[in-house]
Amino acid sequence: MDLFEYQGKSLFARMGVPVPQGRIARTPAEARAAAGELGGRVVVKAQVQVGGRGKAGGVKLAADAGEAEARAAEILGMDIKGHTVRIVLIEQVSDIAAEWYVSFTLDRGAKQHLAMVSAKGGMDIEGVAAEDPAALVKMHIDPVIGLAEWQARELVYRAGLDRASARASAAVLLKLYGAFVGLDCDLVEVNPLILTGSGEVVALDSKVTLDSNGFFRHPDFEDFRADFTEDPLEKMARERDLNFIKLEGSVGIIGNGAGLVMSTLDVVSLVGGSAANFLDVGGGAGADTIRNALDVLTRDEAVRVVLINIFGGITRCDLVAQGIVEALGSLELPWPIVVRLDGTNATAGRAILAQAASASVVPAATMREAAERAVELAGRA
Amino acid sequence: MAIYVGESTRLVVQGLTGREGGFHAFRNRDYGTNLVAGVTPGKGGTDVQGVPIFDTVAEAVEATGANTVMTFVPPPFAADAVLEAAAADGIRLIVCITEGIPAQDEARVYAYLQQTSRTPLIGPNCPGVISPGKANVGIMPHEITLPGPVGVVSRSGTLTYQAVHELTTRGIGQTTCVGIGGDPVPGTSFVDVLQRFEADPETEAVVLIGEIGGTAEEQAAEFIAAHVTKPVVAYIAGVTAPPGKKMGHAGAIISGSSGTAKAKQEALEAVGVTVVIDPTQIGEAVAALR
Repeated sequence: MDLFEYQGKSLFARMGVPVPQGRIARTPAEARAAAGELGGRVVVKAQVQVGGRGKAGGVKLAADAGEAEARAAEILGMDIKGHTVRIVLIEQVSDIAAEWYVSFTLDRGAKQHLAMVSAKGGMDIEGVAAEDPAALVKMHIDPVIGLAEWQARELVYRAGLDRASARASAAVLLKLYGAFVGLDCDLVEVNPLILTGSGEVVALDSKVTLDSNGFFRHPDFEDFRADFTEDPLEKMARERDLNFIKLEGSVGIIGNGAGLVMSTLDVVSLVGGSAANFLDVGGGAGADTIRNALDVLTRDEAVRVVLINIFGGITRCDLVAQGIVEALGSLELPWPIVVRLDGTNATAGRAILAQAASASVVPAATMREAAERAVELAGRA
Repeated sequence: MAIYVGESTRLVVQGLTGREGGFHAFRNRDYGTNLVAGVTPGKGGTDVQGVPIFDTVAEAVEATGANTVMTFVPPPFAADAVLEAAAADGIRLIVCITEGIPAQDEARVYAYLQQTSRTPLIGPNCPGVISPGKANVGIMPHEITLPGPVGVVSRSGTLTYQAVHELTTRGIGQTTCVGIGGDPVPGTSFVDVLQRFEADPETEAVVLIGEIGGTAEEQAAEFIAAHVTKPVVAYIAGVTAPPGKKMGHAGAIISGSSGTAKAKQEALEAVGVTVVIDPTQIGEAVAALR
């Protein structure tokens, strides 16, 4: 789960990482009030879950509260790479002496934590890595031991950060690593981490990705969602425990298992169609789950046909078929449903569908055939 | 021969007294797997359908000679359960079915196992391992399998079933099917399994099913180039997946420009692997090897 900058900073503050004084605002008037409280020059920053906002004009300076209101009026409602800005962060302007880069993530190949530090902060780090690889210092960290103090110092020295403030920056690295592990993050990135004129080390930005599998340890993290502008279909699906991602096409997809559903998307594309969504009902789906999944798809106007692809393991095809029949009876389904059932109780499932004898249910023997039929029907609708 | 599980498997199940654990463990037993014990702290001394329950894995091993652990313990306690299993002398394989374990726990457990017992861990978030005709340790539907010469290794559950089904309907059987799971830090990687299939005299060819996210397929390609003499057929799911979205599995995510299906397909093709773009072609491609 990708956090907004201000949410990440709230976690940094909780873990003892210095961050600038700031307030969030949802309207220009709130921005004015926030700037007034902070006093002096402020920066108005668009809160979006995507990079590149600076170039898009989503970060602006303001000399006083009146200007902050004007800048917020410009930024709120702005579209940045498909994300509409609904919240701005108003912060006191920092006195920047140096800008650095730091991140902690999991190196899946090495199966260890990876620290990356650079003295070239404040710019696109992938660009730095491509043009001047030596400027980006990488170090693996044993997850059992964690980031050792000597490693934090080593990172600071090797990356060529300011030596006079090395103690302070190493301490901040340790705290950021503590947040990465202790708060179950997939990623903690600060770009830039700054040195101020008075020698303080401050996180001027934050990019934090939380691992939702860790939420049982941090139940309050669910609250971060309240400020997200979640796709209404994705929200509805999540509330029904369905794994759903909205896509751009017209073939609605329902399947069991992440790999099989991803693969169904691919095969639909291979035969000339395009999926409207990814919807994984998971293992052991009952009739209710299938009915719920179909119900979610009825809210998507882009859907022209639905393809249900089930390979039963713990999932029983007869229950899936029952769910389809129930949905036919209780929901208004405006499209045909192509159904492919294999695996556990597939014969029983197919028989249930045949007995229902609904004109809108189109059986298919294989995954490929199901995709072809669905794409054909989508084209006709 | 088969790899990981077979006739010598003596299975102890962490969570046998739970609904899921019990259901699958007894399905495994009905298939012929030698289920010898269950472990649930606090329920030692009881039994489930005649299978004795112990308070600790070590006690179960001592009393029954168990050598393989299957874990159904819920995510908050799963890392601890795996560590307990690894600490028990005599355990030579741990299969963790549990889905939803935090990646930080997985990374810590993986590193610890590497440094201590070196017990192989399959999973978490996996369907387990089946050696058709011999033993099933996990949740794969054994009905679709057939004993034979092809090794199957996969990051996905149901997509594995699809692949095995394609093989079986063509009369092509399997030595062992290994589901390594869809999480960011799997205990066992493609490389580990490829190494075993290469060494297994009965395995003549390998089917590898990957998906977006991480670099496991690229690492597999490097290993195949250097060490695998047997033919490999591969399929990668997620060609049309959008970047930045977790596609169901915690590990199935394209981060920036890394982890795309295309890069994985190209890496495997470059080392002579037959890469199919439609999972329904897996059977055909393996049949064509003969």
